[in-house]
Amino acid sequence: MPKKSSKDRLSNEINAGSMADIAFLLLIFFLVTTTIDVDKGVLVRLPPWSEDEPETEKLNKRNVYSVLVNANNELLVRGEPASVDNLRENAKNFIINPDNRSDMAETPQKAIISLRNDRGTKYGTYLEVYNELKAAYTELRNAESQKRFGKDFEFLDRDRRKEIINAIPLILSEAEPTDFGAES
Amino acid sequence: MSKFQKKRGKSSPEISTASLPDIIFMLLFFFMVVTVLRDSSLKVEVVVPQATELTKLEKKSLVNYLYMGTPKDAEKAIYGTKPRLQLGDKIADLDQIPLFIAQHREKVPEAQQPQITSSLRVDGEVTMGIVTDVKTQLRKSGQLKVNYSAKPRPE
Repeated sequence: MPKKSSKDRLSNEINAGSMADIAFLLLIFFLVTTTIDVDKGVLVRLPPWSEDEPETEKLNKRNVYSVLVNANNELLVRGEPASVDNLRENAKNFIINPDNRSDMAETPQKAIISLRNDRGTKYGTYLEVYNELKAAYTELRNAESQKRFGKDFEFLDRDRRKEIINAIPLILSEAEPTDFGAES
Repeated sequence: MSKFQKKRGKSSPEISTASLPDIIFMLLFFFMVVTVLRDSSLKVEVVVPQATELTKLEKKSLVNYLYMGTPKDAEKAIYGTKPRLQLGDKIADLDQIPLFIAQHREKVPEAQQPQITSSLRVDGEVTMGIVTDVKTQLRKSGQLKVNYSAKPRPE
């Protein structure tokens, strides 16, 4: 087989003119199918499942912040009707207990949030309440890390984060919901 | 006074388009990398509620989605009007959750399995009954990392 001369090859160039069109086509396809927005949400950790009844721990009543959301989406906080709007402030007050009141948490470590809902509670309301409680903790942790390290909680490194979490742990217990308002 | 030279003749002032394909390819690769093929089409109506304490879910491959809401108009004849659960692109029953979780877990390398998150995309109008049942099923199948999907709330 005789080698082709370079002169021959010169005329054999591929026409790259349509390359742009092909690339455009692909580009448009990916533009259309793309979804840049990422999923965001409230991250929670569920307790592991166990068949037997959970042990009922004797808790000091002053350390428990009970929140009840009923089937009419009304709030009962520590036995008193309340609204979502000031839940965050109240919860913060309860956890750090600045005035050392005898009916609020002894220390932030001992504070327990107890959340209970009916089966008929609207999910939107439930999430709003959950969000407020979590926000209360976020604000407290931010305040604490500002005090200790001069930075917001989310910018701390691992060890320091642990320190703050130990100081203000989020203990949220969710009871099995009551059957009120259940859709049969 | 004529500082400006007159343009010589009619030499064709064409822009070279030789680099156009390269530019387009760059864009193409960008979109290919950031693309996530549109996930399952929804058979239930889901408008997630708003919240402020949001966490981004980073790795899409480590997330599975559970949709809950009332069936869309086209599906009402088959699935009724009560809130239903959708797994993948099918309406499913609660007892299919463990299998769904297990199937997703199989696709993930073992080292990353503890990081799997279940994202609950629940319509704000749904009652907690079905959500609680789903949560119970998730706990039973050992899937404890859960995300309540929500939109950021405009301040």
